[in-house]
Amino acid sequence: MNRDYIEIRWHGRGGQGAITAAKIVAGAAFKSGYTGVVMAPSFGTERRGAPVMTSLKISKTKIYDLSPIEAPDVVVVLDHLLLKEADVTGGLKTGGMIVLNTPAGHETYDFPGYGLATADITAISVEAGLPHGMVNTGIIGSLEKAIGLLGIDMLIEGIEEEFKTRRPERNSLAAKLAYERTVTGD
Amino acid sequence: MGTRNYRRKTSHSEPGPGDGGRTGSWRVERPVVDRSICIPARRGKEACFICWLFCPEIVVSRTIPPTIDLEYCKGCGICAEECPTKAITMVDEAMFADKDKEQH
Amino acid sequence: MHIIENGNVAAAMGIRLCRAVVIAAYPITPQTPLTEKLSEYIDSGQMKAEYIPVESEHSAMAVCIAAASAGARVSTATSANGLLYMHEQVQWASGARLPIVMCVVNRAVGAPWNIWNDQQDSISQRDTGWMQLYCADHQQIIDTVIKAYWIAEKTAIPVMVCYDGYILSHTYMPFDLPDQDKVDLFLPPFSPDYALNPGAPANLNTVTLPDTRVDVHGELAHGYMEIRYLLHEDLLNSLAVIAEAEQRFSEIFGRGGDPYLESYLCDDADYVALGMGSLTYQLRVSVDALRREGIKVGVMGLRVYRPFPAEAVAAALQGKKGVIVFEKALSYGYEGALASDLKAALYDRAAAAGAMPRVRGFIAGIGGRDIRTAQLTDALREAIQNEDHAAPAWIGLCL
Repeated sequence: MNRDYIEIRWHGRGGQGAITAAKIVAGAAFKSGYTGVVMAPSFGTERRGAPVMTSLKISKTKIYDLSPIEAPDVVVVLDHLLLKEADVTGGLKTGGMIVLNTPAGHETYDFPGYGLATADITAISVEAGLPHGMVNTGIIGSLEKAIGLLGIDMLIEGIEEEFKTRRPERNSLAAKLAYERTVTGD
Repeated sequence: MGTRNYRRKTSHSEPGPGDGGRTGSWRVERPVVDRSICIPARRGKEACFICWLFCPEIVVSRTIPPTIDLEYCKGCGICAEECPTKAITMVDEAMFADKDKEQH
Repeated sequence: MHIIENGNVAAAMGIRLCRAVVIAAYPITPQTPLTEKLSEYIDSGQMKAEYIPVESEHSAMAVCIAAASAGARVSTATSANGLLYMHEQVQWASGARLPIVMCVVNRAVGAPWNIWNDQQDSISQRDTGWMQLYCADHQQIIDTVIKAYWIAEKTAIPVMVCYDGYILSHTYMPFDLPDQDKVDLFLPPFSPDYALNPGAPANLNTVTLPDTRVDVHGELAHGYMEIRYLLHEDLLNSLAVIAEAEQRFSEIFGRGGDPYLESYLCDDADYVALGMGSLTYQLRVSVDALRREGIKVGVMGLRVYRPFPAEAVAAALQGKKGVIVFEKALSYGYEGALASDLKAALYDRAAAAGAMPRVRGFIAGIGGRDIRTAQLTDALREAIQNEDHAAPAWIGLCL
């Protein structure tokens, strides 16, 4: 992975908060010295529960290309059921990373040519005191564990800032637990 | 001479006689006030002034009695129509001497 | 202070920083989050303004016209069919010389119904007597809103601040949020020559005769034609005001550039890609790719479409072999409006200089069709290598 320019595509469902999660990562990346960050939701088709995509580009220099990501370095999947509904690995670079929220074990999956990071974010988030189904902060912990880009502390700071009026400690706890428990490997 | 140095760049019309030109020449009928029926004229005090209020050209004065500026009165007849005592009559301009018309 | 927000929020923050006191807008995708943000600012007291809810865009502009006539700094925003519905009042605002600033969040117009980005909406308002400024990123959105008020109030001409729907309006990017103190320094309170006043009543924009007339003071006043000529003349002269705004802005905020054209690798270029909005930044990536192939090409982003900076455009393109115009709109039955405007500018000026660049047009991204950078690169290369003056080609058309 070229750490000067990283493209992350987020797959979630309308209402799951993928945009907020991507925004938190964007903010943390910017604070870490990535002067170019562009977070673009898929446009116009947001409906609660429907598959949605968000793209996040992170660069050491200003980004001029706002076109959709074609060959991501990382895909983040907030709901394992999306594997059946969307082409989540479409265009994913060889050696790219899949970050997956799933109740199933890491060994259940086989994605030849890609790295895989899994955690049961749904359960972890409930354990952290969040309502069932709130997974967008937990998944940030898994993403950081998978690619080690910004440091978990910087991301926790971003989560607590974003959620300062909405259970900040529980949200950051979900991310910390997910960071600790994410299983990585091929 | 053009309007290059005119003080505005918009259409901006202010109240006052003559904003539409010397419209008195348009008149076919002239309003004539019968002071014996006109309310402020008869009572000798401020009253009624409906002709003043309704005149679209602001040519009726708010005075006792009301007077009409024939320089700009178009002869529309609204004052005669609205007068509650029918004190204003529209009279054919031909009834007035040419000399009189020229004065206005 | 840098923040990461979407383009609509950048515009809303700009309007708040400019202390607009009357907002009237009707929500339409993709402009909606902008007006929601403004009503949020007003509701929470972060912005001291009156938000006037209206039942249509036509009424939104009517409210802006009334409020601006009364001396208020006003703002509205719209997109696509909303702008078209507003059209009659849009013309009125410029004829009445009211310095209204309106964000146009560019979107395709129906039919068929489409909520995605192109620029047909604002381009179709080209001849309304408004200025049109185009933005390529969030920094330009917020900065252009601030400059727009100064330019509009200096010239008494309304300004559209145009930015691409979704691609900019809904995309999050970092930008510098200007300090309120500096904005206040840059933009003094609005004080029009005349604001509606019961003590000095006036009838504004009433029936105005074809001929000049003598007003109540006995002075010879304009007829309709003089008033319209002066709008045109002042629009042409506003090019200098736009440059002055850029200069003042860069002195106070420490950033700025060419007021009309944002050029990238154009100095030694044989060929130049020309466009407006976010597409011109994407074209930089194509230019970089073609430079690696040894092709001398650059890109110019036109920031000011009306008034059209014909002299600056022709001068910048002097000696170039070709100009390739990329547009997200067109004059149906002919070609892209920018291509036509460019050719007219070159015809008068480049021909006199004895060197006329070839002009080739491309239409792209109509109704939100994805524009991949590789497609732009291929189109540019093809246009440079192929001398054929074909009708404008549509990029990504699947027919």
